[in-house]
Amino acid sequence: MKYLITLLFTLLTITQINAQDATAILNKVDDNINSNTSITKSDMIIYGRRNQRTVTSVGYSEGKNKSFSEYLAPARERGTKMLKLEDNLWIYSPSTDRTIQLSGHMLKQSLMGSDLSYEDMMENRKLTEMYDAKVIGEETIDERKTWILQLNAKVDDATYDSRKVWIDTERYVPLREELFAKSGQLLKRTELKDVKRIDGRWYPTKMNYKDMLKDGKGTDFVVLEIEFDVEIPAYIFSKGALKR
Amino acid sequence: MRIAIKMAFKNLIGAGLRTWLNVSVLAFCFIIIVFYNGFLNGWQEQGRLDAKNWEYGNGQLFHADFDPYDVFTIKNSHGTLSEAESENLTPVLIQQATVYPNGRMNPTIIKGIPLDQDVINLPINLLTKSDANLPVLIGERMAQSINVGKGDNILLRWRDRNGTYDATNITIAEIFDSNVTTIYNGQIWMPIEILRQMTRLTNEATMYIANEQYQPSQVDGWEFHNLTELLKDFDSAVQAERIGSMIVYSILLALGLLAVFDTQVLSIFRRQREIGTYIALGMTRQQVMKIFTIEGGMYSVFAGVVGLIIGAPLFYYTSSQGINIGRSIEGMGVHLSDIIYPIYGATLIIGTFFVLVFSATLVSFIPARKISTLNPVNALKGKVQ
Repeated sequence: MKYLITLLFTLLTITQINAQDATAILNKVDDNINSNTSITKSDMIIYGRRNQRTVTSVGYSEGKNKSFSEYLAPARERGTKMLKLEDNLWIYSPSTDRTIQLSGHMLKQSLMGSDLSYEDMMENRKLTEMYDAKVIGEETIDERKTWILQLNAKVDDATYDSRKVWIDTERYVPLREELFAKSGQLLKRTELKDVKRIDGRWYPTKMNYKDMLKDGKGTDFVVLEIEFDVEIPAYIFSKGALKR
Repeated sequence: MRIAIKMAFKNLIGAGLRTWLNVSVLAFCFIIIVFYNGFLNGWQEQGRLDAKNWEYGNGQLFHADFDPYDVFTIKNSHGTLSEAESENLTPVLIQQATVYPNGRMNPTIIKGIPLDQDVINLPINLLTKSDANLPVLIGERMAQSINVGKGDNILLRWRDRNGTYDATNITIAEIFDSNVTTIYNGQIWMPIEILRQMTRLTNEATMYIANEQYQPSQVDGWEFHNLTELLKDFDSAVQAERIGSMIVYSILLALGLLAVFDTQVLSIFRRQREIGTYIALGMTRQQVMKIFTIEGGMYSVFAGVVGLIIGAPLFYYTSSQGINIGRSIEGMGVHLSDIIYPIYGATLIIGTFFVLVFSATLVSFIPARKISTLNPVNALKGKVQ
């Protein structure tokens, strides 16, 4: 959950047409959402064709480049740990007592069968480095007035050629994001709901992440508990923590 | 020797049903061994030919980083050859993608090959007849597995050379059938120029297929694999099958030879007066042993003749009409036709015949050795020794 929130919120600072507006909006989003560190306990609800399953995890993060997650439930996933440091991702599986580093094509695989891939968690660059942005309109979502920001890639190697982000005009919280292919085909949509005031910040506590090319209801992320700017021991962000 | 053969022949004919029972068992073994080896020969020949015609051409030049068994190598395994280097070579560009037929996600491989290629039998030129915006060719079994038909549109998602996602609808313009599973399993074929535009891999290829005129030469960053190398895995699979089937033959042959052995033991026990008479008439024990050994060996000669008489129509029919094995074992990763035409060469038949004669003679000799210790007087009296 924390990865996605970070992905959506921390990277937003824009230039170009309506640059001042877009940049100001995104900076405020950044200020509202981001913290130096956070500890989040969340449920990931994965919807299948006939059933659904819930994976509970606790995640620690420091900035954009360091994060550590431990899966608590169900029993099958319990003890699985994941460490992200810069562009590297390691996974520890208790059943094999092995730590493996995910790279290359392995990053494209689904995270625990969800609509999210490991690669979706690995984007470290700021959106401002990759996209030109402008405010293209306003829209009301769940009775909240939003600005619609259009982001177009300005570098060759952006994963998505364009994005649209809907930002709450009062709370400076994204309520929706859509990711597009070069052809303009909508690929993924993220909906953020249940925005709550936590430690002086407006924070969405429920998120649905959906691969729009697939049937199904996507994957839900629900924040159960979250703490901002707490001290996290340095060893948490080390490979040694995976086997602890 | 001639007398020994004559006597052995007469003795066997005189033994009647006992002889023909042994001969039947050995003839059955002979037919089964020839038949199954012929089947494997046919499979191997057809498989090699199909693989050459549909997939390998006269060899393939791989990009040095490309490993056809490792999907992770596909992304970065592409390069360009100069015009001179690519003479007599047909480029194939391979990339990973995902198709979404009816909202289901199916990882797939997209392969691009020139529309005018004739190095393999892939009917890619059929796409020229299509009016679709992005026509593609898929195998019949691929179509079944993702549940699409000719004319269907499905969404394809892929990444360009920089990793940026793109997606568009493709049209299943043609569906082809082939015995070579590796050219259609999880694959979509399209014109290489279109795939190059889609992925921004201008003039690049993952591998090249050689035609008959191609002369392999050292090309930096590329590795040539001739047909023998490319077919190594297939040949190994057939060889493993041969070894496995030898166990079955051995059991079958052992049962047949056991019958011959039993018959020989009984003969020597029951025909002691006859043995004594031969010795009394002046034959040496070795000569008598030879008669009995030849008798045993002659079972296999009879079995070979009977096996050929019974088996010839079967061999002829199966080699001309083939054996329809259906598609029950498709997807095993080996080239396998629906109909296999067995190949029964002279080497196979004669070789099997000699194995049968040798083993039957050997098991006849073992009990016949007892003759060398017989007391001729007691033997004449018919006393059990």
